[in-house]
Amino acid sequence: MNAPLLRCRGLEAGYGASRVLFGLDFDIRAGEVVALLGRNGMGKSTTIRSIVGGLRPQRGEIVFDGRPIHAERADAIARLGVAIVPEGRQCFPNLTVHEHLVAFAARRNGVAEPWTPARLYALFPRLAERAGHLGNQLSGGEQQMLAIARALSTNPRLLILDEATEGLAPVIREEIWRCLALLKAQGQTTLVVDKYVDKLLALADRNLILERGRIAWQGSSAELDARRELWGRYLGV
Amino acid sequence: MLEPTSQGASSAPCAAAAVTHARFPGLARRLPWLVLALLAAFPLLAPAFGLEYYVGFVRRVLIVAIAATSLNFILGYGGMAALGHAGFIGVGAYTVVALVEAGFSSAWLAWGSAALVAGLAAAAIGAVSLRTRGVYFIMITLAFAQMLYYLAVSLRTWGGDDGYGLYTPLELGAWLDGAHAQVFYWVVLAIAAAVFALFSRVAHSRYGHALRGIRDNEMRMVALGYPVYGLKLAGFVAAGAVAGLAGGLLASHNAFVSPSIMHWTQSALLLVMVMLGGAGRRWGAPLGVALWLTLEEVLKLYTDYWHWPLGLLLLLVVFHAPQGVAALLERRGGREGAR
Repeated sequence: MNAPLLRCRGLEAGYGASRVLFGLDFDIRAGEVVALLGRNGMGKSTTIRSIVGGLRPQRGEIVFDGRPIHAERADAIARLGVAIVPEGRQCFPNLTVHEHLVAFAARRNGVAEPWTPARLYALFPRLAERAGHLGNQLSGGEQQMLAIARALSTNPRLLILDEATEGLAPVIREEIWRCLALLKAQGQTTLVVDKYVDKLLALADRNLILERGRIAWQGSSAELDARRELWGRYLGV
Repeated sequence: MLEPTSQGASSAPCAAAAVTHARFPGLARRLPWLVLALLAAFPLLAPAFGLEYYVGFVRRVLIVAIAATSLNFILGYGGMAALGHAGFIGVGAYTVVALVEAGFSSAWLAWGSAALVAGLAAAAIGAVSLRTRGVYFIMITLAFAQMLYYLAVSLRTWGGDDGYGLYTPLELGAWLDGAHAQVFYWVVLAIAAAVFALFSRVAHSRYGHALRGIRDNEMRMVALGYPVYGLKLAGFVAAGAVAGLAGGLLASHNAFVSPSIMHWTQSALLLVMVMLGGAGRRWGAPLGVALWLTLEEVLKLYTDYWHWPLGLLLLLVVFHAPQGVAALLERRGGREGAR
């Protein structure tokens, strides 16, 4: 079996004296979509922050494509091919949609078919209509599409989505899920955090449930679908 | 006013980028050339209207506009509120003094060296200053500029507090010397146009987009893989070098250099001019400089207390055009969102 694209071993992280993660062990293989589940405060965002270099782990190791990244700076990790779609979108208010897509499209990261503005506009036709609008002139849904397109424009080998459908209208949420399914079909490795478990089941290959900073359960979507008692116990659904 | 970018410039969506509907697109495109032609013709037309004195005045406006354009680049596009930009102007001016003192007389060598030395000073100062943010960045750039100011005051060889007179004009070389009394004016105009065009181009390149991204959300830029510190330092050095070039030109223009050229009040004045014109606006710096210096010149004719009406006018602009005069004109011209 191939080595995993991302490997976390004994990951412990927190804020000052407050420990949030207690020895996480998990892998993400190339082409896989992995869902990170759990109630609020269980450590999902801390896990993501540790992977992208926003938070230095206190113990353990994170290896991306065979290279330890737990001590790397955030920009160096991003250049290796880890892109995050952050909670809250964080589009640049003074860059147009088109500028968002060309400003970050420099690296290929060994991707055979790099993301060009034309491909991104094909994925999100609504962005093409708004190409000349500034980041702060877009609706919430358009900003979310732009945040995903911006992350894709860096040609990531691992795409991380943190609550990508949070606060969006149902029709826009469906649009985002459709795009994520399309990305999966194209072989995009993805780690996704979201609260819509039923949607995640349809998308993810594997699911990790976090409970108080530990992985309480992990398995395939079919297994999670069959074990509804886990939903109530760990996800509050 | 959106310019095509390096990638996907010809793509169909870029056509949709014309959210900035100009009412008079033809005029808007030709206006810079019209202004350039008028400025180029001014020394020839001025004697006919008895305005010879103002040829020197416009030359000074152009030189200050070069420095302000470089400040606008780091302040308006990069979000670096440097309160020590006059320090680089001073470094450029004193580089010219040092070369003249050493026996060199070539203007091109002097101005080129002024830019180079100021760029090196900006690299050293930026390397330290850019590790801070916000009010700390303002204070540390101010502190460095004041250190340069007191260094100039203490340099007796170059006149110290009394300043240094450049009694022999620098040589432009070949046919440029003595060919026409206004040649220096045209040289300054050409340099100002080149600097303005260069910064406008860079501000709308991928590097310019990245710089604006850093201004808006530095952490997000880091997460997108950008070496934020290096990008900011590159902009800071370029701006410092161009301010040094302006300093070299100012030394030639005034035929005199004194430490007051780099006093912190001069840095603050540059900031005020950029804010008045519109920070982060293409035309912000030259508009702000032209407006401020012209009003100063006109008001001085009527009162010794010209600071008062100028201050009141500044208040009016702050309340009615907080994004600067350039933004106001863009709105009037129906070009919302043009930057």
